Amino acid sequence: MEGDIGNMGQYIGAGLATIGLGGAGIGVGHVAGNYLAGALRNPAAAAEQQATLFIGIAFAEALGIFSFLVALLLLFAV
Amino acid sequence: MAGGADKGKSSGGIDAHPMDQFIVKPLFGDEGLSLFTITNSTFWMAVCVGIAFAIFVLPTRNATLVPGRMQSVAEVIYGFVRKTVLDVLGEEGKPYFPYIFVLFTFILISNVAGLIPASFTVTSHVAVTGVLALMVFCTVTAIGFVKHGPGFLGLFWVDTAPAPLRPVLFLLELISYFVRPLSHSVRLAGNMMAGHAVLKVFAAFVPAMGVAGLIPIAAMTGIYALELLVAVVQAYIFTILTCVYLNDALHMH
Repeated sequence: MEGDIGNMGQYIGAGLATIGLGGAGIGVGHVAGNYLAGALRNPAAAAEQQATLFIGIAFAEALGIFSFLVALLLLFAV
Repeated sequence: MAGGADKGKSSGGIDAHPMDQFIVKPLFGDEGLSLFTITNSTFWMAVCVGIAFAIFVLPTRNATLVPGRMQSVAEVIYGFVRKTVLDVLGEEGKPYFPYIFVLFTFILISNVAGLIPASFTVTSHVAVTGVLALMVFCTVTAIGFVKHGPGFLGLFWVDTAPAPLRPVLFLLELISYFVRPLSHSVRLAGNMMAGHAVLKVFAAFVPAMGVAGLIPIAAMTGIYALELLVAVVQAYIFTILTCVYLNDALHMH
């Protein structure tokens, strides 16, 4: 065993912060799933909505990225 | 990031730490890093620019009406980005197409070149993607103010919302606007870094599992294919978000 209680808190905190990425996973899955549901109902309109799909995925992911950022900050910047 | 990887090394049980691949080190000699040291990062950036030159400039130098093999590769990528830009921005987006095209090709090529074993992923560093995202952010803000003057600040003041809500929305819009370069850069860097770290973690399972090490090798093949997809999709997402941000500046709400 090495390190001190501060390091321990740092690593535990970083681990906890990554839980937020689960939310991003739910969000991205929701966007993609709804796109697929809509695309199967009306395949003709699917292709032109593909850009919207990726924008939606990117925005859903953006908030998850902040928890990843917090984890990185805890690991490397504290 | 290099310092952080060293710190992680002491606590990890794996011989080669999965984050070791992201260390920026001088290409020649062992002297410390200065502003003009040629590192593995700058070397691979130059390689990416060279590949872009080989794909886009050389085959189109003697362009023919019926494209040859290499010329049609360049044309397909060109047409794809052009369609993306025009779909989001309309005809007004045409003057910004070259910039967005350069962004897309650089990110795409460095993402894919990073997947070559033993290479270095330029875009896995927030320092690189941060500069790209800040360039987009500054350009977009400048274009917004040039096009609309002080009226560009109306982007934050939502007229269509009920009056009592407007100050709250103003704050939210302001935060979401200034957070853009952050999420824009960390999305790309994080995706590249995470994928490569996962590959390294799985690679460390192989010698540890003996004959059963074939299982992680099979898994790595699948993850590698996924990473190839992610590399392309992330380049596309970076491009299309640039278009969306530019659209805000050109057309407001």
